[in-house]
This record gives sequence, C-alpha cells and structure tokens, in this order.
Amino acid sequence: MSKLLTKTPSLAEKIFSRSFSALIFIFLYAPIAVVVLFSFNSSKRNIVFENFTLKWYGEIFYNDALLDSFFTTLAVASASTLIAVVIGTLTAIAMFRYKFKGKSIIDALLYVPVVMPEIVLGISLLSSFALAHVPLGFVSLIIAHATFSIPFVVFTVQARLSGFDRSLEEAAMDLGANRIRVLTGITIPVIFPGIISGAALAFTLSIDDFIISFFTTGASAVTFPLKIMESVRSGIRPDVYALSALIMLATFIAVIIAQVLSYRKKQKL
Amino acid sequence: MFKLNSKFRGKTVPLAIMISPVAAWLVLLIAVPLVYVFVISFCSVSESHKIVFSFTLKNYAKLFNADVLGVYYNSLIVAGVTTAVCILIAYPFAMIMSKANAFKKTLMTIALLLPFWTNSLIRLYSWRTLLGKNGYLNDFLIWTGAIDEPIEMMFTQGAVVLGMVYTLLPFMVLPILTVIDKLDKNLIEASKDLGAGIVKTFRHVVLPLTAPGIFAGSIMVFIPSLGYFFVADLMGGGNNQIIGNLISRQFKSAYNWPFGAALSIMLIIVTLVLVKIYTKSGGKIDELGVV
Repeated sequence: MSKLLTKTPSLAEKIFSRSFSALIFIFLYAPIAVVVLFSFNSSKRNIVFENFTLKWYGEIFYNDALLDSFFTTLAVASASTLIAVVIGTLTAIAMFRYKFKGKSIIDALLYVPVVMPEIVLGISLLSSFALAHVPLGFVSLIIAHATFSIPFVVFTVQARLSGFDRSLEEAAMDLGANRIRVLTGITIPVIFPGIISGAALAFTLSIDDFIISFFTTGASAVTFPLKIMESVRSGIRPDVYALSALIMLATFIAVIIAQVLSYRKKQKL
Repeated sequence: MFKLNSKFRGKTVPLAIMISPVAAWLVLLIAVPLVYVFVISFCSVSESHKIVFSFTLKNYAKLFNADVLGVYYNSLIVAGVTTAVCILIAYPFAMIMSKANAFKKTLMTIALLLPFWTNSLIRLYSWRTLLGKNGYLNDFLIWTGAIDEPIEMMFTQGAVVLGMVYTLLPFMVLPILTVIDKLDKNLIEASKDLGAGIVKTFRHVVLPLTAPGIFAGSIMVFIPSLGYFFVADLMGGGNNQIIGNLISRQFKSAYNWPFGAALSIMLIIVTLVLVKIYTKSGGKIDELGVV
C-alpha cells in the first residue's frame, strides 16, 4: 500500500486506484441514482422500474403535507441560520479579541454539540423544554437548530480570523474610526467568507437534521426528514422521491456554483 | 464572570454586548439541560409517566438488565465493525486522493461530500430497492450464478453496519487524508533506501505517522454510530437495536424519561472517556469537528 506514495505509479497501481475509487463512488451514489430513477417510475412501489413518467413531480403540488414539511424545513433552517450567524459571528470576534474569565467554559460548551452524540442534545433539550413549559413546535425547533448550529458558525469564522492582522483594526482606530465603524468597515468584510461558509454549513445541517428535530418538535411543525420517517411505515411514495431529487439538484447546483466561484477567486490571487 | 485582564480594561461594554448572547444561550440550552438530564436520571416516574423528584439509583441498576446488556452488545458490535470497515475503506481511498493532482483531488473531495449535503434518510431508505429480496443486487447475484435463491440482506445487522458506513464514511476519509497529505515523503524514501521493504516501511513509518488521523476518524465514526437510531430503524427494521434506539424509545414511546436519562448519562460518559483518551494521546479536539 505504501507503494502508492512513491512517485511513479505502475500500471497495476493505476488499475487498483481507478477501480477502488470507482467502487467507492458507486457505493456512495447508487442510492442517489435509485432516488432519481424511481422518481420517474410509473409504479407506486419502489421495487421494479416500470414506465417513465413525470406525474410525481406534478403530484408534489397536490400533497399538502409534503409541501408543508418542505416549507417548514426551509423556514426553520432560515431562522436558525440567521440566529446562529449573528450570535456565532459576535462570539468568534469576541473570543479572538478579548481574554476574559469564563472563556474556557464557553469554549468547552461550544464543543458539546460537535462531540456529543446528537441524541444527547436532543433529549436534554426535550427535557428542558418540558421543564420550562415551552410548547414543542416551530419555536422550540428553531431554538434547537440554532443551538447545534452556533458552534459551527463560531468555528468557521474563527478559522477565518486566525489569519487576520489586528493592526488593521488599530490603524483604523488611530485614524479616528469608532468601534462600530471598525467592526462594519474592517472586521466584518475580512471575515465575510467565513460567515458565508458558516451560514451554508448551518443551513445544510438544519435542513438534513433528523435526530434533534425528532425530539424537539410536535405535530405542528413537521420537517421534511421527519415526514420521510413518518411515511416509511406505509412505504415512501414516489412524489417524496421527486421532491428529494429536486432538493438534491438544487444542492448540487449550489455546491458547483460555490466551488467555481472560489476556484476563480484563487486563480485571480 | 467576564472580568477583564488589565490590558483590556475599558472594553467591558463591547465585550459584554458581544459575549452575553452566546453565554446565555449556551448556559440555558446546553449546560442547564445537561445538568437537568443528570438530575432526572436519579428520579422515578409516576403511573402517569410524570417525573417524581425523589432520589433513586434504580435507573442505573436497570442499565444491567439482560435485555439492556443485549442492546449494548449489539450496539458495540455495530459501532466497532463500522469503525473498522470505515478505516479499511478510507485509508486506501485517502492515499489515492492524496496522490491525485490538485484539480482531481478537489473534485474527489466534492464528490465524496456531495451526498452528505443531501437528505440522509431518503438515501438510506432507497437501499431497500438495491438490497431487498427483489432488489437489484439479488437479481445481479442470481444472474451471475453466485446464488440460486434471493437472500434477505435488508433488516440484518450487516445492513445496519452498511448504513452506518454509508452515513459516516467521510468522517473517516477527511482526517486520514489530512495526515497523509502532511506526511513527509522523504521519510518513506529514506526507509526504503535503508533497506526496509514495503510492509516494514508501512508498519514502522507510514502507519505510526498517520495514526492520529485514524484515531480522530475513529472517534468521529464510533461515537455517532452508538446514537444514530434512524440508521438502525431504516436498515435493521426493529430487530437490530442500538443504544440510540433504547434512549429514543424511553423519551418518545415508553415515557420513562429517568431511565432514558440514565442511558444518556452512560453514553455521555463513554463519549467523554473516548475524547479524553484521544486528547491525552496528543489529538486536537478541533480536529473532531467540521465536514
């Protein structure tokens, strides 16, 4: 295996590398291919592909519960991302600038959602919402999602700040800018890419979250992943596949655009 | 709590504004809930499933019931095998990625992560079409003559492991890729020049230098695979429960929160011990983070 580290690969190695990578990508993408393929299947059951149809893509718009879950997911993800971005960015800047008592406690608490199994956060939030008589629904769900998203925003913004030259801020202050002006004119623009990737991460984590949502919402706010789990018992209908395929397409396009943009930026530098 | 060092005096107001939202949030929604779970793990439940605040150790005693031990056993096997399989797949794959040119490597990283930015439940569910009794894999195996009768691959322990590997693989690939990328290729050349064969070089040079990545990846795969009950539900069909299923049931259907809390405390302790071993042996906690 260590042969793979030497500079000139032999033919055997090339064949091994290619086929091994191909197998991994087949493993990763076969289920996605199934989702896309069966979203065009005329049969309701996802066992054998019968005939090509587009009707399930139309059916999405007549399935109110499905549409509801989709919009709930988007609303929860948007709201929780917004909260996480504001709180997380302020935290990252404060942690970067100041030393203060309790900093290590904040740091340790930030790692809880990252390291602990999600189920632990889910049940502890559920217990506390019950204790505080917070009704389970839209609001509790947004609070829960913001809770696991905040650390990821803090860490991505911190990564960006680690290369930040503080003399820029000092220079601006010497030139008479006040703190707010320094923050909006210098600090925020410098860390903006970190804020954007933190937001993107928080948004995707929220959209795909099942475990924490499972514990922290009620019947009034069912997200798309919860809806999928609900429909497993009766068998998932192809319109759910169709909506999933559309969401995947949107995600793929977003990722490709983001990559092309960052690639272009690197080329310019 | 937030007293400043003398150097930063005069910045108390902006600091307080910036840090109080997160401090309040983390205390109210992470610290207090965890403490509360700890508290109720020593409580009992009334007939109507309400929590009764009187001290008892019976929830912890219940952790040693035979059927509970059976679930731990199954869960540890699933998590252990998942971690091992992930290492065996991710290591050579990371090596291949590390050797590719910059463009190809970026492409491979995106292709590796892309599925994980889309809904994991639907991707797990669609394995049924591939692995089911009438599934494509059975059709293929019968066509090749490897088997005569379709075999049931779904709803087995093997299927749960497959689901876990499928869900967690990138968490193993990325940390291993990071250490392989950092590996000094001259050391390998030196080892070879000194007459060590491929196996010896791998065992004494490459493996020890890349071990931290394997360790970080193992933590990121092992711990979630104790808790991901939806994978066991979708792939194991109720017969292959893991610790996560047991906890989830106490909170969502059996309504024995104190027992569920005791199970969670145990899971927290396992996590803390593993992370402590990891950091003690030189691992960095921030490498256990973000994909």
